[in-house]
Parts: sequence; C-alpha cells; structure tokens
Amino acid sequence: MSPLLEVRDLRVHFPTEDGVVKAVDGLSLQLERGRRLGIVGESGSGKSAAALAIMGLHQPGTARISGEIWLDSTESGRADLVRAGAEQVRKLRGRTMAMIFQDPLSALHPYYTVGHQIVEAYRLHHDVSKQRAYRHAVELLDRVGIPQSGSRVDDYPHQFSGGMRQRVMIAMMLSCNPDLLIADEPTTALDVTVQAQILDLIRDLPAAVLVISHDLGVVAELADDILVMYAGRAVEYGPASDVFAAPQHPYTWGLLGSMPRWDRTRSQRLAPIPGTPPSLINIPPGCPFHPRCRYAELTGGQATSVRPELRPAGSPEHLVACHLPNPRRAQILADEIRPTL
Amino acid sequence: MGIYIVRRMIAAVWLLLIVTAATFVVFFLVPRLAGATPDDLASRYAGRTASPEVIHQIAIKLGFTDPIWVQYGRFVKGLVLGADYSTGPTTVHCPAPCLGYSFLTQNPVLPDLLDRLPVTMSLAAGGALIWLLAGVSTGVISALHRGSVFDRAAMGVALAGVSLPIFFTGLLALSVFSYWLGITAPGGSYTPINENPLHWAYDLLLPWITLAFLYAAGYARLTRAGMLDTMGEDFIRTARAKGLPERTVVLRHGLRAALTPILTIFGIDLGLLLGGAILTESTYSLPGIGKYSVDAVVNNDLPKVLGVVLVGSMFIIVANLVVDLLYAVVDPRVRYQ
Amino acid sequence: MKGQDNEMGTNRRVAVLATLAVLILVGCGGPGPAGANSGTSGGIHNPSDGRGGTLRYANSGDWDSLDPADTYYAYSWNFARLYGRSLVMFKSAPGAQGATLVPDLAESLGRSSNDAKTWTYTLRPGVRFEDGTPVTSRDVKYAVERSLDKATFPNGPTYFNDVLDLHGYTSPYADPDPDKLGLRAIETPDDRTIVFHLRKAFSGFDYLAQTPATMPVPRAKDTGSKYKEHVVSTGPYLFQTNELAKRFTMVRNPQWDAATDPNRRPLPDGITVDLNVNADDVDNRLLSGDLDVSIEGSGVGPSAQGRVLGYQARRANTDSASVARLWFTALNSDVAPLNNVHCRKAVLYATDRAGYQRAYGGPTGGEIATNMLPPVIPGAQRFDLYPSPKHLGDIAKAKDELVQCGAPGGFATSISYRAERPKEKATAEALQQSLARAGINLEIKPYPLADYLRLYAGKPDFAKANNLGLIVYGWGADWPDGYGFLSQIVDSRVIRPTGGNSNLGIRDPAIDQMLDQALVTTDAVARQQIWVNIDRKVMEDAFALPGVWAKGLLYRPPNLTNVFISDGFQMYDYLALGTTRR
Repeated sequence: MSPLLEVRDLRVHFPTEDGVVKAVDGLSLQLERGRRLGIVGESGSGKSAAALAIMGLHQPGTARISGEIWLDSTESGRADLVRAGAEQVRKLRGRTMAMIFQDPLSALHPYYTVGHQIVEAYRLHHDVSKQRAYRHAVELLDRVGIPQSGSRVDDYPHQFSGGMRQRVMIAMMLSCNPDLLIADEPTTALDVTVQAQILDLIRDLPAAVLVISHDLGVVAELADDILVMYAGRAVEYGPASDVFAAPQHPYTWGLLGSMPRWDRTRSQRLAPIPGTPPSLINIPPGCPFHPRCRYAELTGGQATSVRPELRPAGSPEHLVACHLPNPRRAQILADEIRPTL
Repeated sequence: MGIYIVRRMIAAVWLLLIVTAATFVVFFLVPRLAGATPDDLASRYAGRTASPEVIHQIAIKLGFTDPIWVQYGRFVKGLVLGADYSTGPTTVHCPAPCLGYSFLTQNPVLPDLLDRLPVTMSLAAGGALIWLLAGVSTGVISALHRGSVFDRAAMGVALAGVSLPIFFTGLLALSVFSYWLGITAPGGSYTPINENPLHWAYDLLLPWITLAFLYAAGYARLTRAGMLDTMGEDFIRTARAKGLPERTVVLRHGLRAALTPILTIFGIDLGLLLGGAILTESTYSLPGIGKYSVDAVVNNDLPKVLGVVLVGSMFIIVANLVVDLLYAVVDPRVRYQ
Repeated sequence: MKGQDNEMGTNRRVAVLATLAVLILVGCGGPGPAGANSGTSGGIHNPSDGRGGTLRYANSGDWDSLDPADTYYAYSWNFARLYGRSLVMFKSAPGAQGATLVPDLAESLGRSSNDAKTWTYTLRPGVRFEDGTPVTSRDVKYAVERSLDKATFPNGPTYFNDVLDLHGYTSPYADPDPDKLGLRAIETPDDRTIVFHLRKAFSGFDYLAQTPATMPVPRAKDTGSKYKEHVVSTGPYLFQTNELAKRFTMVRNPQWDAATDPNRRPLPDGITVDLNVNADDVDNRLLSGDLDVSIEGSGVGPSAQGRVLGYQARRANTDSASVARLWFTALNSDVAPLNNVHCRKAVLYATDRAGYQRAYGGPTGGEIATNMLPPVIPGAQRFDLYPSPKHLGDIAKAKDELVQCGAPGGFATSISYRAERPKEKATAEALQQSLARAGINLEIKPYPLADYLRLYAGKPDFAKANNLGLIVYGWGADWPDGYGFLSQIVDSRVIRPTGGNSNLGIRDPAIDQMLDQALVTTDAVARQQIWVNIDRKVMEDAFALPGVWAKGLLYRPPNLTNVFISDGFQMYDYLALGTTRR
C-alpha cells in the first residue's frame, strides 16, 4: 500500500524583483497513515512554504511549484496535487487534508460564531441539515475538550481563551475526519501550560499528522519521524528515536544544543547556532549550512562545492545530508556533542 | 439595548434644540449685529413697494418685534403643543408638531416637508442601494484582479466619479439619455411609489445613477483597499484550508470583514446625503427636501429653513443610530464590550 | 416688478451648461435672433384660430401666489388674465398695442373726476363666477379691500394702500361692517358701478385698475391666505387641480361667456403648469418639445442660448424681447465729490458703455442704454447727452469735467454691488477699469443681496459713511409707463432715512415737481412728454449712469400658435397662445 503522503523533489519558488526566492528547493518526504511526521527548522527554512504547497494554499501567480505531491485519499484515490486542478485540490482540502495554524485568534473569522465556522466546513463536504451539523459541531467541541460545548457553540472566537481557540480550530479541522492534518506551529502562540494539553489532543487524533515547528520539544512530544529542514531542503530525516538518540547533522546538533532544559545551568543553557539563516535568493554553494558549520573544514573542501544528498547514517531509515564521513561524525557526536545534550 | 436607544433619543432631542437655536441665532442675531431692525427683516417678505407701515404690520404678524428667545420659545411650543395661525378671515390650528408657515408663501411647512420627504427618501434609498452594489462589487473585482485592465479602468472611472460635480454629470446624462436618446424620463418626473412602482423606478433611474456615481466611486476605492487588506488575513487562509470555494471565501469571509468600515462611512454618508440630494434634486427638478432647502435658504424663509434643519439633523441622528446598532449586529466584538 | 429679477436661478447654471453647450454645440452660426426684433414691432407667429390641446407651462421657481391680491410677478399678471378679470387690462395684442389698456370687467376705461382724484367704472352685465354667481361691484370692492391686508398678503403691490383715501382702514378681516365692505374710499352705489376715492390725484389710475387686485373675489369663498389653493375664476379657465409648489392644471370655465368678453379668444382646452423645475431643465424641455412655454418670460438661460442660436432652425424660432428694465449705476449725490454735477458728468463721460453691456452678456442681454426710460415704454425717447465713439467713453471730456469739478487729477470713491450677482460684479470691475482712465479710482464693495437696500446701499447714512459714490443696481417697471418705471427711483420724497430705498440718491426738487405734475395730467401724450422731460433732467444732472436696457431671448416651440410679444408684459402674451399638439 502506498503512503498517505509522498512528496518528491518539491520546489516552491517565488519570483521577486530581487531574484527568485527558493523557499523549498528539492524536498522529499513520506508519511504513512496514522503516523506523525515532525518538520523542524528555523523560521525561513521553508517548512511552512512546504506545508502550504501540500495544502495548495499558495496564491496562484505568486509561487512556482514543481515536483510531485502524491496524496492517497480514501475518497478519490491517489493524485499528484501539483498537477491536479485547483478545484480538485480544493475538494480535498478540509475533507482529506486539513491544517491548523499558529495564531488561532487571527485564523478564526472574528464575525462568525465558532459553531458557524465548524458547520460551514462540515456541510461543505456533507449533505446534512443545519441542525445535524450543529449537533456534530457540539460533539466536536466536546471531543476537543471544550466545557459546556452546547452553549459555547454560539460564542465568537474572541470570547475564548487562546488554548480554547486552538481547540476550536482543531475541532473545525477535524469536522470531516481528514486523513492528514497539518499543524503549523500549533502551540507557539499559546501559554506554556496549555501547550501540553493541545499536544496531547493532537497526539490522540486518528489522522496522520504533519507537525511543523521550530521547537524540537514540540516535535519530540508528537512525532514518530523527524525531518530537519535547512534552506528549503531536508538535512536529516529519520525515526524520532534515532534522531534524538543519535542526531547526525551539525545543524541538528545546533538545534538540540539551543533547546532550553531545566537540568542545565544558566551558563550552559543556550548554545545558539552561530550566524544567521542564509538568504533564500542566494543559497550558498555546496552545503548550504557550511558558513555556519564548525566542521566544514573537515570535509576536504566538499562542503563549499558539492551539495550533499541524503544518505543513510547510523541506521538505514536514518538519513543525513552531510559531507562528514560517518565515522568522523560518530566520533564528534560521542566526544563533543553527547556530553552537552 | 432599550436603555441605550432611549439615552440616544434624549441626546438627539437636545441636539435638535441646539441646532434649531443656532439657526435662530444665525437668522436673527447676525443681521441684528449688522444693524437690522425687525422691520428690516420683515421687508424681505413684503412686496417691493411696501410702505414702512405695511412692513411694520408684517413684522408684527411674523413675530419679529418680540425678543429672539420669545420667538424661539414660540417655535418650540409650536413643535410640542401646536399653534394657531390667522389666514385672515379665520384662524387655523396647526397641530403639533407644528413647524409654522412659510414667511413667503404662507404654506404650512410640515405638510410640505412630509410631502417631499418620500421623494428624497426614494432618491436616497435607490441611490444608496445602487452605489453600494456598484461601488462594492467594483471594489471587490478590482481587488481580486489587482492591476488588471478592469482594475485600472474601474479606478479611472472612480476618480472621475469622485471629481465630477453632480450638476455636470446630471445635466449631461439628462441631455444624452432623456432628450437625445429618449430612453429615460425627462427632468422633473416623479411618480410616488404607491401609485406605480415601475414608473417610480423609471423616473428615478437617472437621478439614482447620477447620485450613485458620485458615491460609488468612493466606495469602489474604499472596498478595493479594504479587500486587499482583508484577503491577506489569516482567517481567509483558514477559510481556504477548509476547502471553501473561492467565491464563498471572497464574499462570505473576505467581504464580510471588509464591509464593516464601509458600513461606518455609509452611515455618515447617508446622514449627510441631503447635500448630494440638494444638487441631484435641483438638477432633475425633483420635488424633494433638497430643492426645498435651497429655496428656503435663498429666500431667507426661516420656518422652512428650520424645518429643513430639523429634518436634516434627524437624518443624521437616525443614520448614526442605525449604524451604531448595525455595527453591533455586524461586529460581535463590539456587541459584547 | 419682481418678475424678471431671477438671476439667482441663473447664476448656478451659467458655469454648468456653458461647458455642456460646448460639448453639444458642433457648429455655430452668427449670433442674433431672427424673430421679431422687439416687442414694439412684433407681429404674430403661427396665427391660428385652432382650438383644443393642452398648453404646458413650467416655472423654474415657485409662484409667489395665485391669489390676485398677493402676486407681484409680471408673468403672473400676464397669466392671471386666464382665470380672472380685472376692471381694465393690457390688450392682448402684439408690440406697442399690447401696452395699451382696454376695459375688461368694466365697460370702459376709468372715468376720472375731481381732478383725477375720483375714478368710476361700470361693470359689464352678465359676468359670472365659475359657480354661476353673477359678479357685482361689491365683489370687486371686497377684492381690493382684502388686497390692502399686507399682513395676510405680503407679496402683492401696495398701490391701493398708497393712493386710496383709507381713513385708517386696514383689512376686511378686521372690518366691523357685517358685509365687510366698510372701506369708505370705494363706493358701490349699485351692482354695476364702483367708485374709487383717492387721497391725491393719480392720472394713471387705470394702470392700478389693471392689476389683479381688482379681479373680483366672492366673500363667501374667501379663505384668506388659503384662498390661493382655489381661486374662484371669472376668466375662461378655472383651476382643476392645484398642488402647491408643484403643479396645477386648468380647464375651460363653462361659466365664462365670450359675449361678455371682447378681449379673450381662448384656444387650448387645458393648461398645465409645473412649478420648481430646474431652470436648465426648463430650457432643455422647451427645446426637446416636452414643454411649450417657460412661464417666467425671462428668456432662455445663458447655457442654452448657444444651443438655440447655434442652430438655424431654432434661431428662427426665437424672439428678442425688449424689457422695461434698466441696469444702471446710481451716482450718489450725497457723497463728495459727486455732490458736484461736474464730477458726476466726468463719470458719465469716462464710462465704457460697451464694457457695461459685456457685463450683461453683450447684445443678447440687452442694448446699450444712453438714458433712463427703456424704449419699450410708450412715449419713451432715446437720446445721448454723453456721446462717445462706439460708446467707449470720452476721456478728454471727462478730464475737462474733472477740472470744472475742482478735481483735475481725478478722485477716489467706492462702488457697491449685490454680492450674489456676477453680472453686477463684472459691472463694478468694468467701471473700475474704465473710470481709472480718467483718474477716477473706485474701491469695489459687495454687499448681500437680501439686505442691499434695507441695510447697505439703500440706507442713506450707511451709503454716505461708506463713501458709496456709485451704486450698481437695476430697475424694472411694474407696468410699461413712466410712472411705473420712474416713481420709485427718482422721487426724492420716497427716500427714507431708515433705509430700504430704491432711489439711491437722486434729489432734485424740479424732478419731484414734474412727477406731481404728471400725476394730474390725464392726457396720455402730455403725460408721456413729462416722463421724457424727467428722463432728460436726470441725465442732464448726471444723477445716474444708465447701463443696459435689458432683453430676453425667448424661444417658441414650433407647435405654439398665435405667438407674439406684448409690450404690456414684454413677454409672450399668455392669453393668446394656442397649440397644434392635440
């Protein structure tokens, strides 16, 4: 059986006056039914652009999208969303794939009740009466943990707290039982105390989840697999346990090193990655990470000239795009990195 | 809600009193500062050869010989309790709210105003409907096809609409469509809606379009800007993520949000519409409040001026109240504050 | 009369349709109407006896009142003859004939006695109101009585208030007499005889007897200020509907008997009048055939003039009506140095009269006036005491007069005009320019139209304090007659210190005396000579600077029949009009 989602060599380019912004530049990934894939990376790494491309939410005319996005819908079978018509993709949205966003306040329409917004999505794909749709909405709100859902269904978004809003958002996106849920920074705008609740909620969903975050902690909580993105490409991709147990890419090391942890002293706490993310118009030749990589000299000049491809490291499912020879990387991991994690 | 409306009504009464008092002051005090006596004021309403005795008689009849505050009191009393007026051989009672009789034609003001109100309302309602529909839809299409030929053409026409005066567009339209092509009603045509709604609409078509042209242009520009802002909002992305057809996204989600500020402007415009109505009614010889007010001011006909001021103020007050109430309906965030 | 004075309405349309005219005008022939040159020599266009059809009139303003006691517009007096019969009337005839008085309700013109202080009329038998009631002399007396009540009827003229020997009588509504006929100045010895007693001689009383105030009013139907809602007709038409300030319609009056009326040959079966129609729209409808007559008779607006004169076919349907109206500038003898006749003459010599005419729209607006009395007034003579080539002014003569005045270098004074009138503004500016050539420097001072006479230029102490040496103004006759034109602007005794004067500074006992003499001169020709003499005296003493004798460009749609301009009203005679439109 083919995977639910299979992305091959996806490129999302935005032509601008200053040049072409290559937000996503050759991304491939797979997501099986019922599994959760986490995409991590700094802002500007192309994770959101990739997600929006999958949803078909880039404005036509502004983005040039190439590659393949195969979605295996229970309803309508397998289709390449890049080549499919806009209308076909629209019909898949909400029904087969759904998405929740970072800021639930601005993502919900301020003038409609949450019930209305849920019902609108539900009735779009189901030919049911308004009353039934509202009952369904109340059930959904109940399911995502909103107390007194029967009365709150008629409230407006601004009458909910941040966490509750995100629950509403999730309820709305769950209304049609999508096969795939894309969660773009689902907890970033929320209080720390409610973050865990929302993550629990997402974890318990039956759908396959593509969770996007700059926060490895969030991804660690949720994901079965992890894909680390840098400058529009995957630099490390593998099962979550492997990635956390034995991270392979220097960039991943950097991300892990900059994670705040309670058991570290203040001076140890944050080790930011030096430098800034590259311009997506002029991506550095060779390994795009090499200007910020402490180990770039150890590649014998390859880092500045050859673009590294994903290849297995450690285990067969654990891929990394790095010129460092595997043994050398294992040594660095053992000697320098592991003690700090 | 009820208390809110009552409070607004009380404020409105005060406002009307202040506005009419100000009208009185302008009418009586300003000439008096220039040295005018009550007889001087009365001479405006006397025939050309009137002798000082005759003028004085008229001054007494019009009440000019009393202090201003007494005259104002009489006006307010007439509004509240009604008043008695002499026609010569008999006395007629003018029931409350009595706006008095024209100084010049001695026609009672209120029936005249009430008679003319439907004309202005018809003009305003039809014009407003057309300009809202035309302006908003043009703005939406322009926003969605930003930079297209339609967008540029529409914005060009909109600029013309904002800049060209009504009497120009109106008379041009009359000449071309009524007198040359003969497809619209000639100037001065008006049929009450309860007589023949089709005729009513036919007669008002050109005035509506003329009036709407002026405003539609502004609304098109406003809507376009509002839509461009709104269509970039997160909730639009959400609507699309739900799989809503683009039409629903634009109209139900985008336009709904973009319309709110337009509604505010619409309320203000509707209240101040009398200004546009004056020009349109004058151009098309429609027997409405607008033309009445011009005549009132030109002839220094105080009771008529006061009547128009009252109606105009009420227009503005009601329009503002309606907009404030509508705002609560449209924007739930306002309602619960 | 207030009639022709409708510039308020035309100001706005000037700018607007001037542009429009350019858009619509493709080719333009030479200007100048082709119809009758002026009322004085006019013939009848489309003469016809054809009866039937409906005549459609429109008024760009509102009627002051349809009540015969309360109306003071020339067009209204012209029109009132359709529904009312006064004692005498202006003959329904073209040109100068139309300025002659003929008996209407009376059998003959007034018979004067007691040195023109008593006037007697005998009514024709058989005249009835629209309800069939016979008209008696008491109905006429009652009509005149009520017209005296200016608190109820403020719009009408006050001639009867001024000339009748009232003995304190104010109004029939305050009359203790049970029949309300207590006015002793009017006697009705029998049903058909009415006698007026005046407080002083008035040779032109027949002119007063032609005003609508003598149209009979049945006391039983008199509702005072509401009577205008249904005026009871004695003429060939009666009111069918009357929506105040909007429109009214008239139909034939079955009680009107042609046998009692030698003056009227009513052609149309019905009449409609639309009120408060946009002035430009009136012209448009007239040209498009949706309208028959622009009732004010003030002529086609400036914006439509291009469209009328530009097309040969339309130009042939125009008439230029000479109006009994003079646009002039008073030279205020109160203000130094204009108290000196030579300084006033200097002004007259220095004036560029062609410039004055341009301010009023050139030859279409009127002809250059060289003296006071408009030529359309019977007996008026043209003369020019201050001639100059092409009317451009004679600066040498002006400087000569300045030397005699003792101001060889010129002098400075102010000129006032009515702020709302662009033509008067243009006049003031033209005069400022042309007088500067002689060293006479003018400061221009506009004042609001509504109070121009009461508070500003027409108030002697104000005019003097503000050094208003030149006062731009205009005057039209209530009827085409020297008295109607001159009495209010040259008689020094009508100047009141409290203001409201239309005599803006002409003070000459000789002129006053001539006026008195005219009032006792019952011979029309002799009287006309006196008016001319007064005119000449005003010009000799340089009390006023005549500008333009006004003209109106009238348009008659092709379907209009029996069209002519009567000098009596200086517009189309509404009594005669018919239409071919059925």
